[in-house]
Amino acid sequence: MKEFKILAVIMALVGITYYGIEPYAHSVMHPEVAPADFSFKDLKNVDTKLAGNVENGKVLVEANCIACHAIEKAGHPAVMPNADAAASYGVVPPDLSQAGRIYDKNYLANFIFDPVSAMHLQHKYSPESGKAFPMPSYNWMTPQEIMDVVAYLQSIAPKVAEGKDAHKATFEAACGRCHSMKYAGIEAATPVDTIKTYMGATPPDLSQYIKSRGEHYLHSFINDPQLLLKGTSMPRVGLSEKAQEEVIAYMEEIGDSKKAERESLGVWVLLYTFIFAILAYLWKRKIWSEVH
Amino acid sequence: MAEFKKADSMLEWFDQRLGVVNFAKVMMTEYWIPKNINFLWAMGVLLTVLFTFLLVSGIFLLMYYKPDAAMAFDSVNYTIMQEVAYGWLFRHIHAVGASVVFLVIYIHMFTGIYYGSYKKGREMIWISGMLLFVLFSAEGFSGYMLPWGQMSYWAAYVITEIFGGIPVIGDELVVWIRGNFYVADSTLTRFFMLHVLLIPLAILGAIVFHFYSLRFPHVNNEDGEFFDFDEEAEKYLAGNKKESKVVPFWPVFLSKDFFVLGFFMLFFFYLVFFHYSFAMDPINFDKADGLKTPAHIYPEWYFLWSYEVLRGWFFEIAGISGKDLGLMAFGFANIIFVLLPWLDRSPMVKPANQRPYFKYWFWLMMADLMVLTEFGKLPPTGPNAWVGFWASLVFLVLFIALPFITKAEAKKVEGK
Repeated sequence: MKEFKILAVIMALVGITYYGIEPYAHSVMHPEVAPADFSFKDLKNVDTKLAGNVENGKVLVEANCIACHAIEKAGHPAVMPNADAAASYGVVPPDLSQAGRIYDKNYLANFIFDPVSAMHLQHKYSPESGKAFPMPSYNWMTPQEIMDVVAYLQSIAPKVAEGKDAHKATFEAACGRCHSMKYAGIEAATPVDTIKTYMGATPPDLSQYIKSRGEHYLHSFINDPQLLLKGTSMPRVGLSEKAQEEVIAYMEEIGDSKKAERESLGVWVLLYTFIFAILAYLWKRKIWSEVH
Repeated sequence: MAEFKKADSMLEWFDQRLGVVNFAKVMMTEYWIPKNINFLWAMGVLLTVLFTFLLVSGIFLLMYYKPDAAMAFDSVNYTIMQEVAYGWLFRHIHAVGASVVFLVIYIHMFTGIYYGSYKKGREMIWISGMLLFVLFSAEGFSGYMLPWGQMSYWAAYVITEIFGGIPVIGDELVVWIRGNFYVADSTLTRFFMLHVLLIPLAILGAIVFHFYSLRFPHVNNEDGEFFDFDEEAEKYLAGNKKESKVVPFWPVFLSKDFFVLGFFMLFFFYLVFFHYSFAMDPINFDKADGLKTPAHIYPEWYFLWSYEVLRGWFFEIAGISGKDLGLMAFGFANIIFVLLPWLDRSPMVKPANQRPYFKYWFWLMMADLMVLTEFGKLPPTGPNAWVGFWASLVFLVLFIALPFITKAEAKKVEGK
């Protein structure tokens, strides 16, 4: 029938144009990057197959870490208020209560061994830059000792994190020292002027990043920022796949809080419209049978 | 005052005072439309409905939107999208509606070109339609600035910058339009005024005028046939409905439009709820930052073809800079469609495929517009820049050649 032919022509023209300006143009502007690697295979300084000793790890942590890091969970409060800590180190050192859970085991062990290479920030802390990362490398420890520390941190970390509050805790531990989330009332733990000096630019507010970057981009970007934004001073933070999912889930809960409502209402509106269309068709047939 | 007898019914009461019976006849039941039409003739009603959607959703958005550079972004993305009950729905309808309205405008416009509905008495329909196209473009552009995201800001920056190319007064004109030396709060507030008051008023007026301009030359039909509407209307009224070449606007024509509208709305609401990012660019969810230029700046899809005509001219020719050449081509592209009734020198009113030369012109132009749209979005580097240049040149040549092509066509048809 002629009208279907016309419809087919229009759909073809619109379809070709749509393909060109949306999926195709975006694939040109944002080429695919290597898939996210949650086992951080490039880090090989520490043999993570060694079984860690929790008791010895506790001793090592208390001797080496708590001078700078809080571990609220194990009864070690922050040494000084956030603003003072930020002024001393450039950024507030993380509380290690959740470190054993949110960071990948291999990443965490290699981070302790050499933070800068684990974070992929060699370009920022190059010898010529004269800058030094505030945490020293613990490359003098034996692999066994490092694995003991990791085992201890894993033993004190909470095991599960489900629901919005838990997602929020993961977000704050993983991102909240540098990034604010205005729409959730979260302000970065490091004061804005300090973090700007430390990073070279103010880390963006993440309230709408689920919309502006989208899940697909965040999935790769958080795993290794250098892949998508070469030269950025944002470190690879080494989140486990689970922790990264929680962070992204929280960004969606805050940035796209009406998603569930939108998707359920959408189905009803389409159903209603479909019924309208069918009734309109039947009415049209009735009316036009008199004139044709 | 005339003598009023007591009315027997409410209808009669109103009829005595407002002449509603006659009014309904003139506007609806005895407003005659050709019977020989296809679903493309429903686009006008679709546009009316979409405009109503935009108007109503816009009124709701207006209750919470703040036209201030410091507050605009959050008022849209936090207050409207997350705090106000169903605020997100109004924004999605408004944003997707603004994009889809252009899709339907283009279908409506190219239907007019394909069937030759712009000539032999229908010139004012065409001109008022093109006036609406210009007004909708201004409305779309000013509205896109309001969420005050990165693309709002930089699209506004690039487009207002275009006026700087006008000789002598260019630089001052840009400052006058922006209300500042750069795109700033003053720019946002005045574009807000244009978007919610001045341009919608003009659009409402232009819509009434567009409808009015249809009354005397009447709506075209699928074969471009001319016939006596009064005669055909008499046949219809006498009961010879099947023989008559016309149908009344209500209920016959509208019943078909509602049917087309129903299926179109399925498509529209699917986009509103499940597939909206083509109309709400992710980059615009980053707040405007005058110190941070996005990697790719592009306008909304419906401006891409004319943007590419502007951008295609990237090198100097005969001492004129690429920028100036682009501006001239852009100016040409934006007025040339209005002149179509006079560029088409063939008196034939027929669907393009029944016209020996015009059919090639029509499909070439469609193809060229699609190429321009596509390359208007892609980064203008390497071969892309040259495709843009040639497509832009082809656009100009097509319109310059149109009078000659159609004149030759007229001769050929006459000679038969």
